[in-house]
Amino acid sequence: MPDPTDNNMRAATIAVLVENEAGVLARVIGLFSGRGYNIESLTVAAVDETRRISRITIVTTGTEMVIEQIKAQLDRLVPVHKVSDLTMEGAHLTRELALIKVVGRGEHRVEALRLADAFRARVVDATTESFVFEMTGNADKIDAFCALMRPIGLAEVSRTGAVAMLRGATGLTA
Amino acid sequence: MSATQHADAAALTMSGAEVVLRALKDQGVEVIFGYPGGAVLPIYDALFQQNAIRHILVRHEQAAVHAAEGYARSTGKVGCVLVTSGPGATNAVTGLVDALMDSIPIVCLTGQVPTHLIGNDAFQEADTTGITRPATKHNYLVKKSADLARVVHEAFHVARSGRPGPVVIDLPKDILINKAPYQEAPPADQPHRSYRPQVEPDMAQIRKAVALLKAAKKPIVYAGGGVINAGPEASRLLTDFVRMTGFPCTNTLMGLGAYPASDPQFVGMLGMHGTYEANLAMHGCDVMLNIGARFDDRVTGKLSHFSPGSKKIHCDIDPSSINKNVKVDVPIVGDAGRILAALIAAWKDDAAQPDREALAAWWRQIDAWRAKDCLRYVQKGSIIKPQHAVKRLFEITQELGKETFITTEVGQHQMWAAQYFGFDKPNRWMTSGGLGTMGYGLPAAMGVQIAHPDALVIDIAGEASILMNIQEMSTLAQYRLPVKVFILNNEYMGMVRQWQELLHGGRYSESYSAALPDFVKLAESFHGVGLRATSADDLDRVIREMIAIDRPVIADICVDQKENCFPMIPSGAAHNEMILGPGQEGGVAGVTDEGKVLV
Repeated sequence: MPDPTDNNMRAATIAVLVENEAGVLARVIGLFSGRGYNIESLTVAAVDETRRISRITIVTTGTEMVIEQIKAQLDRLVPVHKVSDLTMEGAHLTRELALIKVVGRGEHRVEALRLADAFRARVVDATTESFVFEMTGNADKIDAFCALMRPIGLAEVSRTGAVAMLRGATGLTA
Repeated sequence: MSATQHADAAALTMSGAEVVLRALKDQGVEVIFGYPGGAVLPIYDALFQQNAIRHILVRHEQAAVHAAEGYARSTGKVGCVLVTSGPGATNAVTGLVDALMDSIPIVCLTGQVPTHLIGNDAFQEADTTGITRPATKHNYLVKKSADLARVVHEAFHVARSGRPGPVVIDLPKDILINKAPYQEAPPADQPHRSYRPQVEPDMAQIRKAVALLKAAKKPIVYAGGGVINAGPEASRLLTDFVRMTGFPCTNTLMGLGAYPASDPQFVGMLGMHGTYEANLAMHGCDVMLNIGARFDDRVTGKLSHFSPGSKKIHCDIDPSSINKNVKVDVPIVGDAGRILAALIAAWKDDAAQPDREALAAWWRQIDAWRAKDCLRYVQKGSIIKPQHAVKRLFEITQELGKETFITTEVGQHQMWAAQYFGFDKPNRWMTSGGLGTMGYGLPAAMGVQIAHPDALVIDIAGEASILMNIQEMSTLAQYRLPVKVFILNNEYMGMVRQWQELLHGGRYSESYSAALPDFVKLAESFHGVGLRATSADDLDRVIREMIAIDRPVIADICVDQKENCFPMIPSGAAHNEMILGPGQEGGVAGVTDEGKVLV
């Protein structure tokens, strides 16, 4: 039971299965802005074309009471099929994809490639003075890689935001 | 287009507008409140050629929604609205938010520019679904004729089921003109793809509630608008349960009438302007049973000091209401009527008996609080006390025994109406509780009178609020609706003035109602009758005359300009810090800086 005097913030990764219809993302985002909830990241894509289902993954932070509210508010939107708080449901995988552009010459190029190798980032574009790396991982890993690249010549970052799924045999279905 | 599509198209005989009207008729719509315009002309043309649905022409789209709210709240049916695109839709927004906050079932049809012009900044184009998304329970933009009938049926289902609310259907003009297929409404037992509100309560939770209630020494039942929304049967069950247990019962502003006000177990309304006994009983109880109320800030006062020693049972059809403001011990999700039926059955199964000795002591305490007589006022001399005006209105309607419906605007008069007019039945009291919309009462009364042509319908108003939708006097005249407007005229936005007096050093910034119209002449110019009472001696005569006239009446009751509304829990204070009127204990001090921030 959430305790209103508990001001401890926690992160929550919430998976939401929704009708793939116009306006559904606006409803979800409007709910967060209208009620003052945080969005750390939000991703959305169709996952079942025949049944017209999309999956939204939201990473948010709040007190236990706020997270409970977020789930209840999401669940009462008409086109929402299912809301699952992966953080509470158990062990889950979180992955994010990032494209990272690093610009530099000489020693900086060598160092960038060496670090990319250590982080298992792939080179997907190269010129004589730049690389674009592609990497997949959780947010912390991408943060760490970007921090290392900053003094070397970090020029641009594009990230997808997190997608997530429970470990094990249980599947989330609408 | 393929050959089969051609064949299908040839078989279509109805225009989109006709499909919309057919679906409304199949959904049981008898009356629609609206205002025409370019984008909805096809629907107006179809309305002209049929007799099943009556159209009431309002004078402003906001009033159309409030009228539909009054209709819905007084009948339990879905209220229906028809407005044009652009300004028609934006004018309706206040009414939609009002219905959203108070959980009133509304379906609002809005016109839209033709699909090929959407997004082009066309004449009278507005992003209606974008604007109304946070103003509705759900909304639709119909872009394919094939979806039209299904969407209308679904809109009614969404509006009336679960926690009721307003639903907008945005209808591009080409969709209304083109031929469209008709489909019957899906069978009631066919579940929606994604929207399935929980109606039946969890019996394990019901048993936990019964265990708490039967052990309670200082229980209270706190019932709200959810009981009204669950239908008159829910109010009967609430009354049964409260009488079975012998517990005290309080109602929220939205719940007035859910439990009979004349019953000795009723301790009055609770909250900011609730009774002393209701608020102290809430503060001091050991078990609270909340049915269909949402721990609104007007009810709880300072949250950290709200009913500190009690176990709380919260019954609500909307899971997001639970643990939103107040942490509860036993949440029960479901329809208020089903929950009450289950509670009664479980209470009987358990052969539960309340702790009679403890309960008797609790009632002695409550009666001691009651003895404060917190709603006491002194009517002496010729200046009419506003409380006295409402009390006499109530007493005279009682004496006449007419079926009476009350609507209100928003402000001091609204609170006095809630305090001094007793409601023994549900659906007789229409007020803007959540949004607090000045201008609600007159159009709402119009909707009530349409639904109940022979009843006495009175809008208890203030002179400031009434001017916000005064144009509807013209609608009353057109449809010969004998609505009575009972203005408690103190020449101030009274609640604003009261707060300025209590919180802002008596600096009455912009709260004086200057340059008021002559309400008697105003009524006459709108083909109604105007009456005025300036002295206490006039009051009864004016009330009786107002009721006797079978036409729209404005009764301008000139009341004490300085009267404040008490009791009052100041902003940011707890229930046990409420202030009583002048001459009673408790001053007007005690509003903290923290409290001043609150509305």
